[in-house]
Amino acid sequence: MSYHENWQKQWRSPSPKSSYDAIIVGGGGHGLATAYYLAKEHGMRNIAVVERGWLGGGNTARNTTIVRSNYLWDDATHLYEKALQLWEGLSQDLNYNTMFSQRGVMNVGHSLQDMRDINRRVNANRLNGVDGMVLNPAQIKEMVPIMNTSTSLRYPVMGASFQPRAGVARHDAIAWGFARAADRLGVDILQNCEVVGIQREGDQVVGIETTRGTIKSKRIGVVSAGHSTVLADMAGIRLPLESHPLQALVSEPLKPILHTVVMSNAIHAYVSQSDKGDLVIGAGIDSYVGYGQRGSFPVIEHTLQAICELFPIFRRVRMNRQWGGIVDVAPDACPIISKTHIKGLYFNCGWGTGGFKATPGSGWVMAHTMAQDEPHPLNAAFTINRFTSGHLIDEHGAAGVAH
Amino acid sequence: MVRPAWPTNSTFMLKITCPWCGPRAESEFSCGGEAHIARPLDTDALTDEQWGDYLFMRKNPKGLHREQWLHSQGCRRWFNAERHTVSYVFSKIYKPGENPDTPASSGGAV
Repeated sequence: MSYHENWQKQWRSPSPKSSYDAIIVGGGGHGLATAYYLAKEHGMRNIAVVERGWLGGGNTARNTTIVRSNYLWDDATHLYEKALQLWEGLSQDLNYNTMFSQRGVMNVGHSLQDMRDINRRVNANRLNGVDGMVLNPAQIKEMVPIMNTSTSLRYPVMGASFQPRAGVARHDAIAWGFARAADRLGVDILQNCEVVGIQREGDQVVGIETTRGTIKSKRIGVVSAGHSTVLADMAGIRLPLESHPLQALVSEPLKPILHTVVMSNAIHAYVSQSDKGDLVIGAGIDSYVGYGQRGSFPVIEHTLQAICELFPIFRRVRMNRQWGGIVDVAPDACPIISKTHIKGLYFNCGWGTGGFKATPGSGWVMAHTMAQDEPHPLNAAFTINRFTSGHLIDEHGAAGVAH
Repeated sequence: MVRPAWPTNSTFMLKITCPWCGPRAESEFSCGGEAHIARPLDTDALTDEQWGDYLFMRKNPKGLHREQWLHSQGCRRWFNAERHTVSYVFSKIYKPGENPDTPASSGGAV
């Protein structure tokens, strides 16, 4: 026994080589998953992940850890369902406890139109083979007795959709698990290595300039979440994305009281209880463009008003910490996982407020796109070109406030 | 890059100076996104790429950003502002039609 000292390192921290077969820019969950699946599924070994700060220090560590696949449209549903299926075997695959807990997600409706939308979405889910059901207020009350389902509420609870296979996972474990598994397959993880330029020769990408020197590669995947357009600017690519601050907060730890995830698009709040006991509460984005990793008080106030209305028992709970992350939001609330007009340069971005749930699926299709230089059928619809063709995948309803 | 100072009056609530009503709390305003995106004049001649660019592509700078604001809980009038997207400090506030690059209209900053 060494009393929690002398733990083994989970990944090496090598010096950058002069060139790699593939480089992933961004060491969050999505980037590390991309590197892992490039090595595991596509047999590549000479891969680097470059990260400006430390692994999983951006949105991977800042989200509210909800995983679900109950989207409306076929393209989005198939992508998120692929991710959910990978989640279901991820702890075994990575040999790392991701603490994935399928405790279900409840999306509450507060008006007749909410309920029509919920019925439509659940039907669409079931046609796509995704589990889902519609609950009435009595069933909700039975599952979550602490929720105020009285008709006297300003926005009464009229029903909910429920996806039993959805749930939560441990956010840090995703970054560390993918990093360790990728490292074992030979992937070089380079932290404190900020990309400051993208090198091209004609229409072919040939490398990146970083704070740790120039690194050559003819295959570069940019998976940098909130900073996607900063990287795109370096390559002269315009993206339909705007970065916004998105906040979350956690309470002091409580004894177990809420055993599922409750979210409401209409009154704009969602809450779950972590295994540690704290209530994990998400707020909406600030409406203005922002790269500051913090949010504004009016948004927190708005969210907590809704939480207190829905869960009167939480009114006297004290909040412990509040923070913000930067999310890159696309006009149709769907991601871009795409080749670009520059050969060998790929972008995986625009996950907006709900990227965590897709982490393994995002990496899986991005790895396929980079290895084959063609999108997988699962992400073929999520190209940059859809903003030219007009084939948008409008998931504002299912993305909503839900993350 | 050098991180600019945080807003001075308050760390978490912006104070925005409406060019008609003066300084008010952030919660009175709505942000209308990037400013000065002109609708193309000859729309019949636009290619799909040009339409996509006009409709969807945005600058999203990490730095100074010119954007539209609406004093929705006040005079309900639109104005433009230049704001830093890391510090959130407003450097210029100007009325529609005014040129922010002329010295006379750079007042009202917080």
